[in-house]
Amino acid sequence: MNEQFGLFNYWVVITLMMTGFYILIARQNLVKKLIGLNIFQTSVFLLFITMGKVRGGTAPILDKSIEIYSNPLPHVLILTAIVVGLATTALGLAIVVRIDHVYETIEEEEIHDLERGIKR
Amino acid sequence: MIAEHPVIQVLIPLLGAPLCVLAARGVFAYWVALACSLASLFVATRLLTSVMATGPIVYELGGWAAPWGIEYRIGPLNSFVLLLVALLGALVMLAAKKSVDSEIPRERRHFFYAAMMLCQTGLLGITITGDAFNVFVFLEIAALSSYILIAMGHQRRALYASYQYLIMGTIGSTFILISIGLLYQMTGTLNMADLAARLPAVGDTRTVLISFAFFMVGVSLKMALFPLHMWLPNAYTYAPSAVSAFLAATATKVAVYVMIRFLFSIYGPAFAFEKIDVSQILGALALVGIVLMSAAAIFQTNVKRLLAYSSVAQIGYIVLGISFANVNGLTGGIVHLFNHGLMKGGLFLTVAAVVYRVGSSDLNAFRGLGRSMPITMFLFVLGGLGMIGVPLTVGFISKWYLILAAIETGHWLAVALVLLSSLLAVIYVWRVVEFAYFQPRDRSSDPVGEAPLSMLVPTAILVLATIVFGVSTEWTVGVARAAAVFLLGGHS
Repeated sequence: MNEQFGLFNYWVVITLMMTGFYILIARQNLVKKLIGLNIFQTSVFLLFITMGKVRGGTAPILDKSIEIYSNPLPHVLILTAIVVGLATTALGLAIVVRIDHVYETIEEEEIHDLERGIKR
Repeated sequence: MIAEHPVIQVLIPLLGAPLCVLAARGVFAYWVALACSLASLFVATRLLTSVMATGPIVYELGGWAAPWGIEYRIGPLNSFVLLLVALLGALVMLAAKKSVDSEIPRERRHFFYAAMMLCQTGLLGITITGDAFNVFVFLEIAALSSYILIAMGHQRRALYASYQYLIMGTIGSTFILISIGLLYQMTGTLNMADLAARLPAVGDTRTVLISFAFFMVGVSLKMALFPLHMWLPNAYTYAPSAVSAFLAATATKVAVYVMIRFLFSIYGPAFAFEKIDVSQILGALALVGIVLMSAAAIFQTNVKRLLAYSSVAQIGYIVLGISFANVNGLTGGIVHLFNHGLMKGGLFLTVAAVVYRVGSSDLNAFRGLGRSMPITMFLFVLGGLGMIGVPLTVGFISKWYLILAAIETGHWLAVALVLLSSLLAVIYVWRVVEFAYFQPRDRSSDPVGEAPLSMLVPTAILVLATIVFGVSTEWTVGVARAAAVFLLGGHS
């Protein structure tokens, strides 16, 4: 039981990852898909942050009174990944805005229908 | 001087991007981009000659020693891929001006060139770095800029194609990020050489197995390995022609390079090919992809889409070579990585020339072009012969090594399917030839002239290179064989 509780963060990671992935696959709305993508990416951030944490550890400050400290590297790495995720979301939303302009819809099926209608 | 080359290689296009934006409207952005591309080609050439002469070059970023700092490590394999990216970057840029002027509105052109520079930065960065997390960062730089470039296509389908690529590409690179995270968790390092040294000790754990699974799926998405290729045909069809040429020749090839690098110099052949035996599934997917995608190419009515499907099939050849995991197979795979870049770049540039003159890449638009654009169509035919694998072209060389490797390992089915797919390639190249040479042009349509010299010359250089390297194979095969031996003989 205690061991399962110790893995709590990892269970959250997996739940979030699968939730995001499901939204990504199952939803037709382009904005909802991006939200799914975001949840999916956030789960990975949590995975990295969790692996850097040391139980009872503090922030890594160079001081004699501090003996146990968390690994800062995964946290720094994930800052980069957050920036990348932000850029992806911004770009994705910008593309959705332009799709809305030219197709006047952001539903995947309606876009497919429009394209088929034009080909005929 | 050569000691600083690795970082200069990435810095040139990285600094070129903001310069393009600063140059703003007018023609300056183009000249900035062209100058940067040529400079980076020069640097890549010097790096390759230096690596072949004196062995791997190591560069420590900011003077921080390897396991702590980021290290650029250049061996025979990545200097070869660097040259491919820089060469295609420079030649496509040479040819791009007229094509971009006709396809991209004036007020967006400097952003277009800036995105082009960033894409080059990303691809060169992935290839040059020796740090696993750095690979992810450059992967995203290249990916984000290519979403922008594809969305700039003038048809509205380009936007939707770009969106689809964005979703698939982000899933792929996030999978790779998960895999890198799990590797870090087990080993506490991100440096590739260090990872390779520490992984065998923990190779039996489930975490490493799962990281391997995430990596393989992620990278297969990135390189459009069948059946994860769904994003590619739309993206290449609706992107601006110059972008199709650059991405088709380099982007998926760099992803293949990432797979080779992780398989052989991080996880190691002993883990990937003996313990898990990834060669079974890679080989099977590659063969199914080669045949199905070559067949799919036959039924396309748009030449860009036809070439895109053929690209997915050609990725299959490279992966097939990797899956043999012996010197001949890997040599064939690496040589094909380079050769296919040259051929596809050349073919897509001829299509760019047709789009520039006729305004469409539809098969019907090719009617009668054999007469009105003789040089362009002649170059297309030469490139097409390479795709088929006719002797004296580069396509023959790669297939020769692949078939040698297949016979060596007793995979007769692979031999048969590679030969079958060459026949399928004859059909899809022939379809274009038939429309260009044997179908008359509509009387009502406007007369069409030959492509401008600025587009013909770079295309001709690429296509003639496929013949030159098909006749004298010492150089390309020599470098590829050196890379294959290097990879199979353990990590650096």
